[in-house]
Amino acid sequence: MDFIHSLAAVSAEELISSAGLVLLLVAAWGGDKAGRGIAIAAFAVLVGAAAIALPTLLGSVGGSASLAFEGHVRLDAFAAFAKLLIYLGAGVALIVAPAFFEREGGLRAEFPLLVLLAALGMGIMVSANNLLTLYIGLELNSLASYVLAAILRSNGRSAEAGLKYFVLGSLASGILLYGISLTYGFTGTTSFDGIRAAFGAGPLSVGATFGLVFVLSGLAFKISAAPFHMWTPDVYEGAPTPVTAFFATAPKAAALALLMRVSLGAFGAQPGAWQQIVIFASLLSIVIGALGAIGQDNIKRLLAYSSINNVGFMLIGLAAGTQAGASATLVYLAIYVVTSVAAFVVVLALRDAQGKAIESIADLGGLSRTHPGLAAALAVVMFSLAGVPPLFGFWGKFLVFQAAVQAHLVVLAALGIAASVIGAFYYLKVVKVLYFDDVVDKVRGGSEFANLVLLTASTLFLSPLGYLLTRWLGGLAGNAAAALFRLS
Amino acid sequence: MIQAIAFYLFATMMITSGAVTILARNPVHSVLWLILAFFNAAGLMVLAGAEFIAMLLIIVYVGAVAVLFLFVVMMLNIDFAEMRAGFIRNAPLGVVLGVVLFVELFVGILVRSAGDLAIGNAASVSAVPAGLSNTAAIGALLYTHYLFEFEAAGMILLVAMIGAIVLTHRQRSDVRGQNVSKQVARRPEEATINVKPEIGKGVSL
Repeated sequence: MDFIHSLAAVSAEELISSAGLVLLLVAAWGGDKAGRGIAIAAFAVLVGAAAIALPTLLGSVGGSASLAFEGHVRLDAFAAFAKLLIYLGAGVALIVAPAFFEREGGLRAEFPLLVLLAALGMGIMVSANNLLTLYIGLELNSLASYVLAAILRSNGRSAEAGLKYFVLGSLASGILLYGISLTYGFTGTTSFDGIRAAFGAGPLSVGATFGLVFVLSGLAFKISAAPFHMWTPDVYEGAPTPVTAFFATAPKAAALALLMRVSLGAFGAQPGAWQQIVIFASLLSIVIGALGAIGQDNIKRLLAYSSINNVGFMLIGLAAGTQAGASATLVYLAIYVVTSVAAFVVVLALRDAQGKAIESIADLGGLSRTHPGLAAALAVVMFSLAGVPPLFGFWGKFLVFQAAVQAHLVVLAALGIAASVIGAFYYLKVVKVLYFDDVVDKVRGGSEFANLVLLTASTLFLSPLGYLLTRWLGGLAGNAAAALFRLS
Repeated sequence: MIQAIAFYLFATMMITSGAVTILARNPVHSVLWLILAFFNAAGLMVLAGAEFIAMLLIIVYVGAVAVLFLFVVMMLNIDFAEMRAGFIRNAPLGVVLGVVLFVELFVGILVRSAGDLAIGNAASVSAVPAGLSNTAAIGALLYTHYLFEFEAAGMILLVAMIGAIVLTHRQRSDVRGQNVSKQVARRPEEATINVKPEIGKGVSL
């Protein structure tokens, strides 16, 4: 009976994995010709999985967390919120990929499959309630991501990105595993509830502190928080643009949700031990992200530094260690995912007369006169990333800082606001190139219909119209954060 | 008595084959000696009552890792003479590392005699299940308690396989594959042509 309940609880994962196996057979027999069809089918599967996850978030399933497989998996509103963001990011990657890869010599039939399996791994990550489940989910996602980064294997930059990601990612996995083994050794359990009880039983032992530090370091690598951010610009630049769009959205949401679950859940009894680490990583990410972006001429590298910078702001909400802080981080994360979608759809549309991708910011000079719509969308993205008030990006920053101030982290909030002014400099520099520089007139290519729909929807979300959604988004995030703090 | 003989047999063989692994001039011989060392280590594990680890050693290390080593050694054209040329230059570092390892081993043995180090939470270490071999005990845990992780690990292996194939498999135009149905469907009249060349003309192919 309990086993049946467990199987029913992870039905989203079962749907994705069984559909993945069927599509693998289709890919094996149909070859690369079937690529587009598999991408559509994979998208439908993600929609189905999202439909399974949605009721939990809306609270119609009793609102309580359901534990499955003897407490190794925890499916609550928090996991559902993160899963929806993950499926959104993966779905967008599937929509934009076929057109891009057809220009690059054909979509591999395995591409949508790998995205699907990565989404499966991320779903396992965010619903992990045990260090083993955490690691298995993380590794499933990571392995698929390494291959995705290198999928254009005849392209030197793509291969380089894949290799770099693989080597550094394996290092991070090693660090994480070392932390997991120390934590297990000093608490005697791998279950999050058990670790929480062991941590709450008394002062933290030295060994357990080491375990905590290593686990957090390993996870900080996955969300590309400084000082573990070094791989991000190279991988974002080298990977094919749809893959970069995927990396900037889904795995980021999954790893951040996992970090929240581990720090607020498993390590929740000793907030003092991890808060200083999160605060340090947060400030360093904001500053490094802002300063590193200034000299960049490649738009994908710029967006990579911007993602480091944004992770810093999200960590401020986590550092607060409160339910309001967790909710603020989730709202910020949702807005950031949509911003990334808009940004990368614009980047995909930037092509010259030969259909080659334009990535240099200098080549975008005067884009507002040749392609006003594209320039306006990119300007909205940049203003929103900079947190300029009428746009929706401001709302996330506001909530995060508010949570930090309420948790008496005034200095952190003040430093964050000061550093966001540095960040505003390079975002506005891009807008200046778009609107006030001489016309370079290199950009030719237009967008496919699906990309245009995505771009319109995400830009409208970021525009002041997005504020109509604050109550709804805040409600969902609050529901998810409450589930995170509701301990079984 | 018989256990002691078996232990000393396995231990001596293991140390000998370990030494020969690094002393052998031919790298292929080194790998073969390494395999012998693995087998003897597996024998030691069986003596210690850890038959599952013994089987893992043979299946994973001998079956996969050592064969992989053999592939690498035989397929990559490594210039071993060049690698040996750096021996004198790197010898001091090697000596230092060797001394460090030896001192650590020595200290470890000394400290061990002073009693166990109390780390972790000894109370939570689960007891040895009675009446079950440890293979059966691990299996019982894997297929019940850790079922979800076990199945998800299977998906990881699948992704690894897909990844390896995606990144390395390519359609080569210069190699002709076998098309069995085409071969079977071929009739003698399609395969052979009867020609009657005129004298002095030759045959066009």
